[in-house]
Amino acid sequence: MFKKIFDKKHRGRTFSYLMVLVAYVVIEIMLSTKSMSSLMKNLLVPCCCYIVTALALNLCVGLSGELSLGHAGFMSIGAYTGICFSGFFESSITNPIVRLILAMMIAAAVTALFGFLIGIPVLKLSGDYLAIVTLAFCQIIASLINNCYLGFDSNGIQFSFITNNVNIEATGKMLLSGPIGASGTTRISTFTVGVVLIVITLIVIYNLMYSKNGRAIMACRDNSIAALSVGVSVTKTKMLAFVISAAIAGAAGALYGLNFSTLAPAKFNFNQSILILVYVVLGGLGNINGTIIAASLLYILPEKLRGLQDYRMIIYSLVLIAIMLISNNQKFKVFVEKNTKLFKNKFTKKEAK
Amino acid sequence: MSNTNNTPILEVKDLGIDFGGLTAVNNFNITINKNDIYGLIGPNGAGKTTVFNMLTKVYTPTRGTIIFNGQDTKGMDAIAVNKLGAARTFQNIRLFNELTVEDNVKIGMHNELTYSTLEGILRTPKYYKQEKAAHEKAIELLKIFNLDEFADVQAKSLPYGAQRRLEIARALATNPVLLLLDEPAAGMNPTETEELMNTIRFVRDKFNIAILLIEHDMKLVMGVCEKITVLNFGQVLMTGTPSEVQSNPEVIKAYIGD
Repeated sequence: MFKKIFDKKHRGRTFSYLMVLVAYVVIEIMLSTKSMSSLMKNLLVPCCCYIVTALALNLCVGLSGELSLGHAGFMSIGAYTGICFSGFFESSITNPIVRLILAMMIAAAVTALFGFLIGIPVLKLSGDYLAIVTLAFCQIIASLINNCYLGFDSNGIQFSFITNNVNIEATGKMLLSGPIGASGTTRISTFTVGVVLIVITLIVIYNLMYSKNGRAIMACRDNSIAALSVGVSVTKTKMLAFVISAAIAGAAGALYGLNFSTLAPAKFNFNQSILILVYVVLGGLGNINGTIIAASLLYILPEKLRGLQDYRMIIYSLVLIAIMLISNNQKFKVFVEKNTKLFKNKFTKKEAK
Repeated sequence: MSNTNNTPILEVKDLGIDFGGLTAVNNFNITINKNDIYGLIGPNGAGKTTVFNMLTKVYTPTRGTIIFNGQDTKGMDAIAVNKLGAARTFQNIRLFNELTVEDNVKIGMHNELTYSTLEGILRTPKYYKQEKAAHEKAIELLKIFNLDEFADVQAKSLPYGAQRRLEIARALATNPVLLLLDEPAAGMNPTETEELMNTIRFVRDKFNIAILLIEHDMKLVMGVCEKITVLNFGQVLMTGTPSEVQSNPEVIKAYIGD
């Protein structure tokens, strides 16, 4: 059993779970001893959300080989679905954790549906069509939500589009108000739920990878004609990866949306999609541990550099360029390999003695 | 399978395909019975691979009928034909490069594994049971092709000859009744070719299947095939036993010229 967990095939997976567990324990200790600044505390939940979305995008881009530029759009749908659900059932479901989990599940279902609808026409084609369509989707969703007015009171649910005709009584609540987005949301997201979501995402992705459908997803990426010849439906398989990826991003979006009292739809723009893609590319396509590390470091870094004011984005972009160059540098790779071998040799020699 | 010995596994009548105005294959006829090892030969550009692509529905034929395992395959796609029992390899190797050798073979069992996506993610007992069976079957297949020691190696890092053998193993994993091999000996040295001949015969006897192969290596074709069809300029030149083909002046003319 022990041997199986640490063998070559499962080492990466074990490392992922251990890494998340250790990070969680360390942060919880820091929180309980109050040795964490309030700025950092506020970054914890969004960081979890971005890790989860980056993992979802990695499933789509790294494992399935389909470029998506619309994961911010899926996050957006998830966020507003979650906010509306939570706002609507605030009085009937009083336990915040239960409400949060239900909101995330419903957000995942709704985004999965959107992912499916986008996938129907696009995934039959091969090429970069998915990137173009998801890019457009992300923009459309942002401007749609920008024009939605939704509220409820004792008279029921009121909705209007483009112009604000929603008049809510004092006892009621405004859920969406156009460009302002959601405001007055009760913040129910917690760091623990965020970590649980990361772990669930890891379980889903790893278990998928080691099942027949996960193998098929990677097979369609490597050679679609050969996949067809052994009876694997390329369209269905790519659809599966895309829908699961969208659903996970939606759940992360719900967690994100319920972490802020106000959330404007403009937040989830094209730049946001690219930012998530940067996490995935820097972490390495198909590399799950790399994605987790890249997402957490690159999310925290700009915030940590806030003290440098205008220089922070310069430093951020320099760091990006440096990581890109180093991680693709053959000499550097050889250097690392040499040293790890030396280390391993020393280690085994000691054991032999 | 429901086949008896006297009904053919594959019956192709007047098959033809046009690409734009160009007729690539015309009036192609072939009948393959159970346990046949059948050769399809011809000079470069004769249309051999095009025939393969039509049989496995990579291309849709313009004319003619393909009766496979008693069923007309008109309107079927590549997946449906594979489910009926046709499995193939490719002239330019098409492996799943990033996957391990074992996983390449397991992809061939995709439709044999019946657990759903959810059962796979939740790891139900059904998942463990079927995955265990798949692992055993994969290792057994890899052993036939001397690949079992490379089970955990990425497919792209295998040597050329081994990649060709892995393609055959993957095709066999789909439980075919007809195996189509497109130049299985290309790039192999004489010793490897010799081994391949033995493997082809062994596979036919063990799995009780028919094999149709395209090959330029005449030693292999004449050594292993029981019946041969010669294709030239998209037309069938002749069909016969290896000795008949070797002594036919038309065939010699097609290969060497006047």
